[in-house]
Amino acid sequence: MGLFNVNCNEAGHICDKSQYSEAGLWEIIKLKIHHSYCKICREHSKRNSVLTKLLRSAGIEILDEKSKAKMEEDFQKELAKHQEQ
Amino acid sequence: MPKHHLDPNTWVKSYSDYLFNYTITRVNDRETAQDLVSETFLAGLKSMKNFKGQASERTWLISILKRKIIDYYRKINSNKGKAEVRMTFSSDNENDGDWLEERVADPFDKTAEDTLENSELGEAILNCMEKLPQKQAEVFKMKTVLGYETEVICNELNITASNLWVIIHRARTAMASCLDKNWF
Repeated sequence: MGLFNVNCNEAGHICDKSQYSEAGLWEIIKLKIHHSYCKICREHSKRNSVLTKLLRSAGIEILDEKSKAKMEEDFQKELAKHQEQ
Repeated sequence: MPKHHLDPNTWVKSYSDYLFNYTITRVNDRETAQDLVSETFLAGLKSMKNFKGQASERTWLISILKRKIIDYYRKINSNKGKAEVRMTFSSDNENDGDWLEERVADPFDKTAEDTLENSELGEAILNCMEKLPQKQAEVFKMKTVLGYETEVICNELNITASNLWVIIHRARTAMASCLDKNWF
């Protein structure tokens, strides 16, 4: 690949990273250049950004891994007691 | 013959996220929400014999959780609630009967419709997440919902960064298709 060109796979990868603000400036420039001539990636990027907006606006909250593991551990103890009865 | 069966071994893994999100939008406190979800699983365990198999496992657990949430509000309203009502009541004779909160309009406050829509969207997103393969769901949740750094997830799950991004890409594609069908 040239200095300014990326293929569709790389463009998709940069697009995903940019959804989490992890794409660098140079990567963003390469993505914009790719979008200027690739309609499919442009559409994919739009769809990806809509997904990010939806995920943010929904304000989903879930348990962190540690809390979930603790909940699982406590529940399994109760389940074992229940099954013994 | 019952259409649905209970398998408590999978409850925490399969439903804790959905139930927690459902609860937090109603009680607005993580610790309370966590306690209510735990209590729901325990109550479910105790009343398994009452399950008729007509509703899905998750619907049945939600019905227990709803009662837990109502009980929680009943409890706090019987103590703290009364004190709060007195504190917010205006003692100004001229405006006797007005409530302080009604006199302070908040133009940036979310409307009930906004809240309801966000809550429904959150439930639609969690439904779609449940359909993802386990590994994809795990990585996607850690990265997107919990906001963990890439490096932390890679260390925790023992995967490479490029592996993580491939998983994220597949999960995002599946999520977009699922929401296309179920939300728009």
